[in-house]
Order: sequence, then C-alpha cells, then structure tokens
Amino acid sequence: MTGSQPDNAASGQNAHNEKLRALLAPDFETGGNRREIILIPLAAVFMALVIGAVIMMATSVAPATILRSFVAMADGSVGSINAISETLTASIPLVLAGLGIGLAFRAGLFNIGAEGQMVIGGLAAAIASFSITGLPMAVHMPLVLVIGLIFGGIYAAIAGFLRAATGAHEVISTIMLNLISFRLLDYLLRQPFIQKEGRSDPISKAVLDTAELPRLLSFIDPNLRLHLGLFLMLGAVALVYWLLFRSKLGFAFRISGENPDAARYAGIRAGMTIVIAMAIAGGLAGLAGAAQVTGVLGRATPGFTAGIGFDAIAVALLGRSHPVGILLAGILFGALEAGGRQMQVDAGVSIDMISIIQALIIIFVAAPLLVKRALPFLFPAQSKEGADHG
Amino acid sequence: MNVELRGISKRFGAVQANRDIYLDIRAGEVLGLLGENGAGKSTLMNVLSGLYRPDAGDILIDGTPAIFDGPGDSIAAGIGMVHQHFMLVPVFSVVENVILGVEPTGTGDFLDLATARQQVAEINARYGMDVPPDVLIEDLPVGIQQRVEILKVLFRSADVLILDEPTAVLTPQEVKAFFTIVRALRDAGKAIVFITHKLHEIIEIADKVSVLRQGEIVGGGVPTDFSEADLAEMMVGRPVSFSVGRGAATPGAEMLALQNVTLVDATMETRLQQIALSVRAGEIVGIAGVQGNGQTELVEAITGLSQVTDGTVIFNGVDITATSVRQRHHMGIAHIPEDRQKSGMVSAFTVTENMVLNSYYDDSVSTGVQIDWRRAEQQAAEACLKFDVRTPSVFLGAGGLSGGNQQKMVVARELERDVRLVVASQPTRGVDVGSIEFIHTQLVACRDAGNAVLIISSELDEILDLSDRIYVMYEGHITAEFDNSGAQADRNAIGLAMAGANRTAAA
Repeated sequence: MTGSQPDNAASGQNAHNEKLRALLAPDFETGGNRREIILIPLAAVFMALVIGAVIMMATSVAPATILRSFVAMADGSVGSINAISETLTASIPLVLAGLGIGLAFRAGLFNIGAEGQMVIGGLAAAIASFSITGLPMAVHMPLVLVIGLIFGGIYAAIAGFLRAATGAHEVISTIMLNLISFRLLDYLLRQPFIQKEGRSDPISKAVLDTAELPRLLSFIDPNLRLHLGLFLMLGAVALVYWLLFRSKLGFAFRISGENPDAARYAGIRAGMTIVIAMAIAGGLAGLAGAAQVTGVLGRATPGFTAGIGFDAIAVALLGRSHPVGILLAGILFGALEAGGRQMQVDAGVSIDMISIIQALIIIFVAAPLLVKRALPFLFPAQSKEGADHG
Repeated sequence: MNVELRGISKRFGAVQANRDIYLDIRAGEVLGLLGENGAGKSTLMNVLSGLYRPDAGDILIDGTPAIFDGPGDSIAAGIGMVHQHFMLVPVFSVVENVILGVEPTGTGDFLDLATARQQVAEINARYGMDVPPDVLIEDLPVGIQQRVEILKVLFRSADVLILDEPTAVLTPQEVKAFFTIVRALRDAGKAIVFITHKLHEIIEIADKVSVLRQGEIVGGGVPTDFSEADLAEMMVGRPVSFSVGRGAATPGAEMLALQNVTLVDATMETRLQQIALSVRAGEIVGIAGVQGNGQTELVEAITGLSQVTDGTVIFNGVDITATSVRQRHHMGIAHIPEDRQKSGMVSAFTVTENMVLNSYYDDSVSTGVQIDWRRAEQQAAEACLKFDVRTPSVFLGAGGLSGGNQQKMVVARELERDVRLVVASQPTRGVDVGSIEFIHTQLVACRDAGNAVLIISSELDEILDLSDRIYVMYEGHITAEFDNSGAQADRNAIGLAMAGANRTAAA
C-alpha cells in the first residue's frame, strides 16, 4: 500500500478487502466476558468451600478435622486412580442428563423432569437388558442403550407435546411426570417378569453380561468402576455441541429459546421445535439412566436414580447450558460426590456437607455480583458501570 | 434552577462517549439535545442524573459544584429524568405509581393516600395534565402513561426535567398535547432538557439547541436560526437529503394482490375487513394510518404469520393464502418487521447469526443438516459493508449495535437475497437521520430493480416521500387510495382519511 500510488479502483478494492478482513477477524475481543465465564464458577467453588469450613467450625468441628475433611475430599476425588475413577463414574449420568437439561434450556424450556426421564429410560434399559437374550454383546449393549434413549425421549416428549398442543407449562408437567415415573417404577419392579426370582422386595432381575457396559480400567484393578459410559458422555458432549452450534435444528432451538417472536418471524414452527427439543433432552436423560443401570448398578431398584436428575439441573446451570461447561460442571459434581464419601469415612463429617457445598456453589454462580463483591481483586473494574449500581 | 455542565468527559473502554461537554440548562427554557443514536446523549444524561460518574468535568447547580453519587443525589438536587421506556407498575393506579418510593405517611407510619391523591391532583391541575388519578396504568393509553412519568418527577419536586426521546412512542395527536404540557412546565419556570433526533420537534419546541456528534458538542444556538437541513448536517456530519429523489415508477405485472381479506383474531375481534389491494412490480405502495388500525395484521396476513379468516392472498399469480411463512420467504417475499427488537432480531446473537436468522436452512448458507458458518460470516461481512452496518466485527452481539445499525442489519438481511416483494413495516422507526436516508435509498433501489415494495408506516412524511401509490387504513378497512406518482398527494386529504373521515364512503 505504501510507495507508488495505486489507481483508484484497486485501492477501493483493497480498502474493501481490508474492511472485510477486519469484520471477520477471528480474534475480535468480545469484551471481558470470557474471563468471567471461567472465573466466576471457580470463585464460586472456592467461596462455597470456605463457607463450608465456616459451617463446620460453627458446629464445633475441630479445625484439624476440617482440614482433614478437605484433604480427604481432595484425596477421594483426585488423589488416586480409584478416586479419579469414582469421580468420572459419578459424573457420567450427571453430564448426560445435564446436557439434556442444558439443551432444553437453550430452546427456552425448563426441563425439571430429567429424574423421571432417567427412571423411565433406565427401567426400559433394564428390562431390555435381561429379557432380550441370545444376542452378542456388540448388539445387545448398544441396543439396550438405544432403548433407554428412546424411552426417555418419548417420556419427555409427552411434556413437550402438552406444552405445544395445550400450552401446559413444562415445569408443571415434568414435575408430575417425575412423580408418575417413581410410582410406576415401584409398581413395575414387583411384576413377575421384572422382579428378581425369589425376592419379595422390589428389585429387578440382573442385567445380563452381554448388556453390561464394560469397565475400562480392569486391566489395572478389577475394582475400578469407570465404565464405557465415559465415551458415551464425551461423545454426547461433542454431539450436543455440534447440534447447538453447527446444525440447523440447534440454531432453530436457540432462536426459539432467545426470542420466540423472532422464531415465529423466521418461520420456525414453535410446537414442533418444543416437542423435538424435549425429546432430545429426555433421550439424553434416558441414556443417563440406562448407563447408570448397565454400567454401575447392574439392576433397577426403587429410587435407583438417586436424585441425579435433579443434581443435573444444577450441573446445567453451573455449566451455563454450554456442553463443555456442563462437562466440567458434571466432573466437579462427580468429584464432590466421590470426595464427599471419602470425607465421611476419613473425617467423620457427614456427606450432607457436600450437598450444602453444592447448593452454595449454585447460589454463587446464580449471583455473580455477590462473587465479584466478595473477591474484588479477581474482577478488575469493567467498562460497564451499570453493574456497580445494581 | 440553572444547571451547568462544564467539560464533562466520559469514556467506556475504547469508546469516548462524551468529550469535554459544556451545557447550560436554564430555568424557564427548553434545551433541545439533538444527536444520532450513539452520539452520547444518553451517557450525558446519565451523568446528569447521577447514574454515571464523569471522568472529568463538573456539574454546577446554581453555580455551586455538585457531586452525584447515585440517582438519589440528583433527584434530591431537583433533577428528574423521564425515561424513554416507562418505569411504571401496570397494576397500580396513577397515584400509587406517582408516590412509589416517596409515599406520604400519616400517624403510625401508615400510608396517607388521601394526602397523596390531593398532592397529585394539584400538580395535575397546575400543568393541565388531565390524568385520571385512580385509573390503573395498564388501562391508560401510552400518551397518558407518559404524563404519569412526568407527574412522578414533579412529585419529587424536580426543577430540571430530562425528557429522553419522549415523542418516540406518541401518535401525532399525542405529540401535540404533549408539547402543550412541556410549554406549561417551561412557563412555570422549569428547566427542560428535550432529547430527540427529530429535527422538526426541536424547531417547534426548543428555545435553544445543542447538537451532539460522536460524544462532542458540534454546534447549537437558537433553533429557529437553523433549517432542518442545517441541523441534520450538524448531527450527521455531512449533508443529508430528506427526500430520496425517486424517479418515475415503471409498474409491471401485479406482484401482490389481496382479495376480500378478512382477519378475525383469537379474541374474536375483527382486525381486517374485506381488504382489497394490489402491489405491482416496480412500484412502491404505502399504507398510511394511525398505528393500531390493522396494519400489523395486514403484514401478518401477507407474510404468513397469521392465517386469514376469509379471502385470498395472491403472490406473483400464485394463491399463497395457506402457504407457510418459510415457503413465502423462499418464494421471494422479504419482511422488515415493525419492531426489530421484538421479532426482527435476537439481541444475544452475533451479527452473523442475525443475518441468517430466517435463511439459515437455505442452501446458500447450509449443507445438509449443518450450517456453514464460514460462508455465513463471509456473506454477513459483505452485507455489512454493502448496507453500511457499522459494527467492529460480525462476531459481535447485535444487541450492542445502535438502533440505526440494527435496523440496517435487518434491512440488509431482507434485501440482500433474491426477492420479488418487500414488505417493510415501519422501516425507519427509532432510526437516526443518516440511516433513514440510507434505508429509503435502498428501498427505492429495490423498486427500481423491478421489485414490488409495500411500505407500512405511521410517519406520513415517509409514506409521502417514498410511495407511488398510497392506501389509507382505518379500523381494519382500506378507506382511501391516492395516487402519489406525479405531484404529491393531498396531505390534508390523507390526514382526514387517517382520522376516519371517509370511513362510511368506503365501507
């Protein structure tokens, strides 16, 4: 561009290309948000642990014990191969169900029904895992997972359909569907074709070997519980990411979630979008249930989902409904779960403390201003002044 | 009370929102503050109302420096702001809204509604506001709601009133009534800052004007010393033409025809009645009318957002009465929606994402089930340049753009593809002068390329300036049709038709 003067047309073309390049520059600074997205959850975890310590102190737990409990928590979550295995094992259903909740949320739907969808998906998978016989593992195992996915999806689609056809809010209907699923589970577990022979308590037959998700680390130690679901989880993260941010369907979800009027304007059919988004969300939760049954539990029992579907709501929230965020949040919750068990054993501090810490993390993530105020040195003054007056 | 701003500067990151601003706000005067969207008007007023602390400069109240630590301080000092977006509780009565936060209390700290009511009535009477004190806000028209906002400020004994784009939400009739109140306030010795980007309003109401451009005061004085063109040039920084210099139309085949279209909405209200209209290729047809006379429903019927109850919609010779929104889009109907924020864009999305909002499924930006974002970004960048959408990057959230740029983004999206019919609803609402000129030019260019253009606007000037033919809508009917291709149609006659004068004639 320097040196001899280029002729007008060429310089016009150059200027045009220059402007285009500027508009398309990939390293464009999108504001201070990036930093906050990472820092806030980390700070939230830190603050939750601090307050956890304060609560323990207030209930006259000796400082040494508190220290021991935190050491145990770290030890139980990441301190050994076994700890890591436990952390990841616990995170698998959390991430899968969390992905479903996050995806529905992106589409503007509050899916409170992941727990029920896990129950239905897990139960269907359990039934398929012992009643279909004679299949090789390469067929039986994926078939069982797919059945869990489909049943979870159908169950959630009911709520989606009710919303689309009658306007019944999905929060109410998914909560009700949760309750129905719990009792349905109790009822079905006593049916002869499901109940384990010779048992009077509600417990299903055992998952056949051909349907079991193989353990990944048995070459190191056969007791390590981490199973093939790990790859299921990672695959689902990638798939949901692609779906949300690369596919047409996901774009339609996101438009519907951000601005239903704009979605209507863009010719997106609201009812169809709601049903499909709920079905996919339920499918992921159903998969979580199926993976839990065939990878960890080996059978279905009353309450086998253990509230994972509800914890997954927190995971989706903490992960800001972003697949990668949900993966990290799910692993964190898995770590708290695994570490909490160790804490109880080593330091005698109740595992309830873990629930308190989890809840505190959510509160802090939901109230970022609180975190910023408490840890001002982490968040230098931003250009947006409005926040200071909030 | 006089307020003086001396050398106010305020910077947000890389943006110098205000630079060394001097402003003299005097009792008994209306100071017009003129500037394009993003010129720094709002920032300046937020400094004055205590929301922002200036980086440099002083605020003098009657000669004494004042420091505002928050909106509370400026209210206490007698400065009241009436925001463009009302801050009222819809289910509260007028009096309840007015006293909210400064409730007069009687013995035992109980609410003294009687006193409050009396005080509100006094202010009401003094300035001829004519606001019913006991009616719920949600039952009041927008023009009256705005007066409640002013009542609120006066109730807090403000001597300086900042009115932020107060006429943006008003009909022409309401504007007239509103100006009467502003004059009454001025004559009572209040100092008034009137923020707007509408030039004729400044000339009509302001005693003094200051023009803001890119954060700096670029001129001002007595408004009557300037022509609209002078003010516009100061505001935009270059000469602006108000009239697009439209050549003669060469109408071709009928592109859109509505036959006996009737639309009854979900509440069983008849919104469109026996509408018959046609738009031909190569002409611009304008729909004039006061807002709420069926224009929204007409647009929805044409674009497919609403199903008509009766009648036929024909596009390019094809009956599209039962065709979906997407199909109509695909056939070549472009739609610039009346409210970009509500339905025309997604603020949280990037410029790129907004550019493909209703064409993402199309082969032009997608392959199979996947969107080709690279290609979408390229196209978005090209469209931004072509349509003068000023954004630093196509990866930036569209919500951060100024209103004019957001609208240009929507216009770019709709006109950048192969279209046959453009339905442009309020194409320049809330848009600065420079962008208005640009959008108008684009619409005329679209006509000259042989496309049909239908413009729906509540700004009669816009209709008169652009249209070759004009229909007037009143209460769901088309009540009149005017030719505007040669000499301009009779403005008065259109105004009368808009007010329903020849309703019986057409019905």
